[in-house]
Amino acid sequence: MTDQPISPQKEAPSATPSRMRRALDSDFYYAFRHSPVAMVSAVVSIVLILSAVFAPLIAPYNPFDPTSLNLMNGFTPPTEPNAFTGETFLMGTDDQGRDVFSTILYGMRISLFVGFAAVLFAVVLGILLGLIAGYFGGWVDSFIMRAADVQLTFPSILVAMLIFGIAKGITPVEHRDQMAIWVLILAIGLSDWVQFARVVRGATLVEKNKDYVSAARLIGRRPSAIMLRHILPNILSPVLVIATISLALAIIAEATLSFLGVGAPPTQPSLGTLIRIGQGYLFSGEWWILFFPACTLLALALSVNMLGDWLRDVLNPRLK
Amino acid sequence: MTEPVLSIRNLTVEIPTRRGLFKPVQNVSYDIFPGEIRGVVGESGAGKSMTGNAVIGLLDDPARVASGEIWLKGRRIDNLSREEKRAIRGREIGMIFQDPLTSLNPLFTIGEQLVETIQLHLKVSAAEAKERALALLDRVSIPDPKTRFDQYPHQFSGGMRQRVVIALALCSEPSVIVADEPTTALDVSIQAQVLDLIKELATETQVGVILVTHDMGVIADTTEQVTVMYSGEVVENGPTDKVLSAPEHEYTKSLISAVPRPQVKLHRFPQVSYGGRETTFKIEDLARNWHKPEPSKSGKLVEVNGITKKFLEKSAILPSQRTYFTAVDNVSFDIKDGEVFGLVGESGSGKSTVARMIGTLLSVDGGHVKFDGDDVTEMSAQGIANYRKQIQMIFQDPFSSLNPRMKVESIVAEPLLHHKILPPDQISARVHELLDRVGLTRAAASKYPHEFSGGQRQRISIARALATQPRFLICDEPTSALDVSIQAQILNILKDLQEHLGLTMLFISHDLPVVRQMCDRVGVMKQGQLIEVQDAETLFAKPEQEYTAQLLDLMPRLAQLSG
Repeated sequence: MTDQPISPQKEAPSATPSRMRRALDSDFYYAFRHSPVAMVSAVVSIVLILSAVFAPLIAPYNPFDPTSLNLMNGFTPPTEPNAFTGETFLMGTDDQGRDVFSTILYGMRISLFVGFAAVLFAVVLGILLGLIAGYFGGWVDSFIMRAADVQLTFPSILVAMLIFGIAKGITPVEHRDQMAIWVLILAIGLSDWVQFARVVRGATLVEKNKDYVSAARLIGRRPSAIMLRHILPNILSPVLVIATISLALAIIAEATLSFLGVGAPPTQPSLGTLIRIGQGYLFSGEWWILFFPACTLLALALSVNMLGDWLRDVLNPRLK
Repeated sequence: MTEPVLSIRNLTVEIPTRRGLFKPVQNVSYDIFPGEIRGVVGESGAGKSMTGNAVIGLLDDPARVASGEIWLKGRRIDNLSREEKRAIRGREIGMIFQDPLTSLNPLFTIGEQLVETIQLHLKVSAAEAKERALALLDRVSIPDPKTRFDQYPHQFSGGMRQRVVIALALCSEPSVIVADEPTTALDVSIQAQVLDLIKELATETQVGVILVTHDMGVIADTTEQVTVMYSGEVVENGPTDKVLSAPEHEYTKSLISAVPRPQVKLHRFPQVSYGGRETTFKIEDLARNWHKPEPSKSGKLVEVNGITKKFLEKSAILPSQRTYFTAVDNVSFDIKDGEVFGLVGESGSGKSTVARMIGTLLSVDGGHVKFDGDDVTEMSAQGIANYRKQIQMIFQDPFSSLNPRMKVESIVAEPLLHHKILPPDQISARVHELLDRVGLTRAAASKYPHEFSGGQRQRISIARALATQPRFLICDEPTSALDVSIQAQILNILKDLQEHLGLTMLFISHDLPVVRQMCDRVGVMKQGQLIEVQDAETLFAKPEQEYTAQLLDLMPRLAQLSG
């Protein structure tokens, strides 16, 4: 054995400090406090996520309520009073007179919901298939990983558009708008599970040869119990890291699909839909309709991504 | 009297941490004279490697030399710049590290690596460098250096690689070599060869050697001077004979007494009682609640009949094209009730594979394992479940055998819950009792494994193994990852278990003195075959097989000590 422990025989203090104290004292929190990038991106992400969650309380208008809309307010520039109604809007209004600030808040809700749900779907699917492939090996492993390889040969946008097209074909017209969100989640999630499955499989291959797994097998635990109770908790940190980075990518993927017109419908606009609407007016001088949603998307994706990057450095120093 | 080639004076190394300054090396002083081998011995965390790293200027950030001086041939080197240190390192001070696998670059041939190093340090032509490299390979007894010169590291065995590393260290004709645990990763037989080589080279080339090791046997065999370190400080310094035969410091005394002897079987190991490390075990109490294991029908609890294990070497679709590597070849032995059966052999001899087959962790490719007369290899699922309840295993690496994400309480409770041995409301009490018996406090239950040292973890493993009150315990190198003093504690617990609970054990180790201390009968394995089974007494006194005699002969011993 080499010299590892600082004080090998020191009995840890017997009194257990409170959970809060331990969290504040942890190396994780210490690393966080000493990384300006992490702190800034955490603050930005949290502010954006909270403002999306509490959009109905924060937003000055409800952009989905047709009664509050006044077409006369259309194309009001930011912070300038409207020529007809005299109302002012922080970020201006779009073609239908909707307050851009409010639509962004509501749009972010949809973007974030789709992002979180899609990543959750991908994580669950990826973990399950990765655990099974890694733990059992043999033909099960070959089958799952070949399926993953095939999946990877299609660009994810293409997969998403394919699923979207099929779903659109089979859902009745009146449900299409509601279905759109769920189809988005399925499409993005399906194109994203492969990386989780690969990471989980690799980590499982390492963990399953450790003696604590042998000990559990010796006791006679079933494979499902060993996978979920013993191996899974030990491989979660890389999954957490990828999940955070994937969240940013999923938000962008959703925006891309919506921009292409195969995502969130105009009645439930996400950030991508807003950008699509806005880009039509960019060259006619109404820049704010595109500019503010685009900035929000950038801030959201960038801060979540930076947070994920930092998490990777802290939890997995070898990947640096 | 010659001048020392290297002197370390009052060296202190410090590492700033979040919780204040930590000093892994404090006030360490020693000298190395030309041609002398100085052993630096101590347990993990004693600061012996850190001292070596400070000498070669390879302290990892943020560790730094806080005070003290290092003199190399009359020149102070601890305050040199990074560049100047780099020039000395490799040139004046050679290095040999523990793992020969990672200290050679797998992408270059041995010859390229040697020539490159020689040309880096000495201004010679390529042809001359090659000549020198060949001479060096010959010097470190690599057979057929001309062919070997163009081979890659993976074509060399572990011992050969370590010789090449030594050759690399000698390239620049250094005046000092720092060898950090140079033989720890090697088998006994290879260890002896490498140590002999180092001894020979020291006398021949008058190079001073710092030999960092945790192994008292290596110290006794190889060194002339020894420095004993304990938690960053030098506790004793002197000629090896004197320190080993008449240790002055309490710590050295207890450390030496804890080393297992091959000559005599002791009832118990003396505890290393320095620094308040003593822990009490109450196995006797445990025995009161333990149902005495019922004797097996035939008196032989475990019978192993011609078991064989083959691993796939080359896979192919057609079964006839597949090639297999036979890890265990037709091994048979039996273990009587209450006996400790030892299995020894070098790494790769298949001893762990045998243990895993008996423990149902690996399938058996041929032959039978019988437990109390029932054939384990042909048992129903119900039978296997029942069998698993009666056997338990203690693993080698205490750092990987406990799930890092589970609390100690859940770890120890898992077998109890799984086999439904106790109603759920009594489990917590039983877990506390078990932890108590292996010398851990009740507070340990709510902690995670990383909060414990290696020895404490191994005790948690033992508590887990005892939870189901097994009849048969498999110990796979239970102490080879531990320090001597901790090893003594763990071996004492196992001896107690055996004595008070009448536990039958299979004890696997590569460490012959440990086997001598623990086992009633011993089997020797070589390349997958069991070549000899004997009473421990007989085996150590007059081995039948030449191979066994060789193994016995090679083990480093504390000859000066009369046990």
